[in-house]
Amino acid sequence: MEIIILILAGVLFATAIYNLLQKQLFRIIIGTVLLSHGAHLFILTMGKLKRGQPPVLTDGVTDYSDPLPQALILTSIVISFGITALLLVLAYRTTQENKTDNMEELRGNSNE
Amino acid sequence: MIYAIFAPLFLALFVPLLSRIKDKIHTGVFVFFIPFVIFLYFVRFIGNDFQPIRETVNWIPSMGINFDFYLDGLSLLFVLLISGIGALVVLYSVFYLSKSEKLGSFYVYLLMFMAAMLGVVLSDNVFVLYTFWELTSISSFLLIGYWNFKERSRYGAQKSMLITVFGGLSMLGGFILLTIITGTTSIQGMIGQVDVILSSDYLLLILVLILLGAFTKSAQFPFHIWLPDAMEAPTPVSAYLHSATMVKAGIYLVARFSPIFSGYEWFFIIVSLVGLLTMLWGSYMAVRQTDLKAILAFSTISQLGMIMAMLGFGTEAAVFAAMFHILNHATFKGSLFMITGIIDHETGTRDIRKLGGLMTFMPMTATLALFGTFSMAGVPLPFLNGFYSKELFFESTLGLDGANFLSQLIPYIAVIASIFTFVYSMYYFFGVFTGPNHVGKLPKKPHEAPFGMLIAPIILILGVILIGLFPNMVNAPFLQHAAEAVNSGVEYQEIYFWHGWTSPAFIMSLIVVGVGIILFLTRKKWTGIYRVLPGNLSFNKVYDSLLKKVDTYSAGITNVYMTGSLKTYMVLILGAMFIVTISFMLITDGLTISFDDIAEITILEVSVVIIIIIGAIATLFTRSNLALVLVTGIVGYGVSMLFAIYRAPDIALTQLVVETISIALFLLCFYHLPKLKKREESVGSKTVNIIISVGFGLMMTLIGISAHSTNWFAPISDYFVETSYTLGGGNNIVNVILVDMRGLDTLFEITVLGIAALAIIGLIKLTSNKEAK
Repeated sequence: MEIIILILAGVLFATAIYNLLQKQLFRIIIGTVLLSHGAHLFILTMGKLKRGQPPVLTDGVTDYSDPLPQALILTSIVISFGITALLLVLAYRTTQENKTDNMEELRGNSNE
Repeated sequence: MIYAIFAPLFLALFVPLLSRIKDKIHTGVFVFFIPFVIFLYFVRFIGNDFQPIRETVNWIPSMGINFDFYLDGLSLLFVLLISGIGALVVLYSVFYLSKSEKLGSFYVYLLMFMAAMLGVVLSDNVFVLYTFWELTSISSFLLIGYWNFKERSRYGAQKSMLITVFGGLSMLGGFILLTIITGTTSIQGMIGQVDVILSSDYLLLILVLILLGAFTKSAQFPFHIWLPDAMEAPTPVSAYLHSATMVKAGIYLVARFSPIFSGYEWFFIIVSLVGLLTMLWGSYMAVRQTDLKAILAFSTISQLGMIMAMLGFGTEAAVFAAMFHILNHATFKGSLFMITGIIDHETGTRDIRKLGGLMTFMPMTATLALFGTFSMAGVPLPFLNGFYSKELFFESTLGLDGANFLSQLIPYIAVIASIFTFVYSMYYFFGVFTGPNHVGKLPKKPHEAPFGMLIAPIILILGVILIGLFPNMVNAPFLQHAAEAVNSGVEYQEIYFWHGWTSPAFIMSLIVVGVGIILFLTRKKWTGIYRVLPGNLSFNKVYDSLLKKVDTYSAGITNVYMTGSLKTYMVLILGAMFIVTISFMLITDGLTISFDDIAEITILEVSVVIIIIIGAIATLFTRSNLALVLVTGIVGYGVSMLFAIYRAPDIALTQLVVETISIALFLLCFYHLPKLKKREESVGSKTVNIIISVGFGLMMTLIGISAHSTNWFAPISDYFVETSYTLGGGNNIVNVILVDMRGLDTLFEITVLGIAALAIIGLIKLTSNKEAK
């Protein structure tokens, strides 16, 4: 199952990168969202899947699934959310100011 | 001792404050006390029974890099020069720099330099030495460019920086090799392992690298070109950095490493040859200059070459003469620079062609200059210290093994170079102070300098005379220890004036004076040769064109990839990452796939995975904003389901909440964003995109599988499971990790969110300037 999840992570990465390479801002934001999903699954798999109980200490249970990747992912989810929110508003504002959401037209000129 | 080194830096913190009241009290007055106290502190070490002292303060002990200060005779000589001349220069600058200048930054740079220079000559640790060494380059850069509104200043500053830092980096390379070979970072420790170093295969490379550092710093041929341009600095700086102290750092380095390399023939050949060549070239070029400071700059180059050559000889007599000349040169050259500053200050020009006959207007200055220049020329008079060291130099050239051609040639080169030294010294004195005066044409009406400005050169000239009259006063208690540190074979010998008519060194001196006088008097007739030998211009041209080429080429290369298109950057970064990672995996045979120890596959999981894959791929093909948001949502919920299945309740819940909010946010925003358009892109760029993204996805999958298939490291999670309750007091291990074990990470995470929130508010609420207008 780990290999299937890693392939899934690979697919998420690939679609994320493809979206990132597009010109429209909205697609780029979607790309970052997919990228973080891929990264989370990747990290989770590094701690092996379905070994033991959820990592909440319970009497009589000695075998828990790896808590460390989960802690990392938890941090990452929140940060990704912050980034997504910021990017969305940034995209909104950029579009308002420059009347375009095309990255090729947002390159600036040589004086900048 | 460590306090002495860091005292200047400490005071430098307060200089900006003190410079606020510069209208009342010149900032230099406060600064003066620091080098003066340091001088008093170190001067008490002078004595016949001086023993080296060591002090250590840990800095990075795990890498063997510590503030390991070692004061021996050689260091003491330099420390006293740095603090003594430093005090005099600060005193002089109080009168030289008017209160309208940026005194704050001037003294900060100067104190920074002082601390750095003390660090260089006291550090026993090569890496600490290197750190201080570069700091002297930086402060020299800042001081040369002090009048940064002048184009020449900026040019000179950059030139000195590039050349000396190039040398410094080479030196660092040499130090690293030495450290690897000997296993110690201490210079004294390396000296103890001379045999190991001398038998190393890298010996010549180490020698060349370290000498590059010394030669660039001490302005040795052909790296001397930076020193004349450094004369754009204010004159106190030229007197201090570019004649008495910093340029002698290279000399110090060679002297310090002499005990290691002196047994190596290439050391003798390279150092003596470069030294003599520099001496000859510098004195030859000095005669042709018209700017007083340029004369002194080339003169300094020449004198540094002479000291370098003596260190290259390495014999007991030569080493002793070198130490003696370091001291003497600092006294007479320091005073001459200050005198030049006075002339510049009182007449408004430094062009020797415009000056003349100043003796009647500035009798004090003229007297001082007389002693300074005659001492520099090595005129045989018993009250000029320059003569003694020049004579010892001649003696040391004669005392070399007569076996090879080079040793035979050395005395002749020495005499020729000294003749030119004599000529430019006379040219300086008589050109400025005698002959017809052109007072009417000068920018200012010349008059004697204020007494305060004369104090510092008077003290230095007194030094010239006193050392001249009683040379043995500084011999046994001081110079002897310095020479011993360089060559342990040096035995005490009296310095005396009269060697008799038949002494070969005295005859050499007489030849120098005789031919020198003739050449000086007939100067106008033979100076035509300077038109034939164009001088240092050729090396400057090499430097300039090199600089220009580097500029154009790097700009050309940069323009190729810095196109301003984010997509290009992404392609380059990801492509590079892909190539490097994959080739590393293939080379190290890191690609392993193992199906052992794998969880079983269930239909539920597989169907969730398939849904996510469909959603992810669908994002590529949707053309409507709403549909794009919804498929992304499917992917997100799918991922949170996987989290739930894989026993991660906390992240599953968080993911669900975040996903819901995200979708709400997207839906809020997408209304304002332009509609998705049909992608217009060429087949070529589409192919590149596909290759990059598929390649990257594949790479990540392979890395993941390889990492999963190997068991090189035991997981560290057991620690968290065991200590969650005992240390963190919580049953939910993930929570304990987040808020307790990695609490600081979480704090920063919250900070990041806070910043993002502030930025979002700013972006929404603040109106742009355009709208405001």
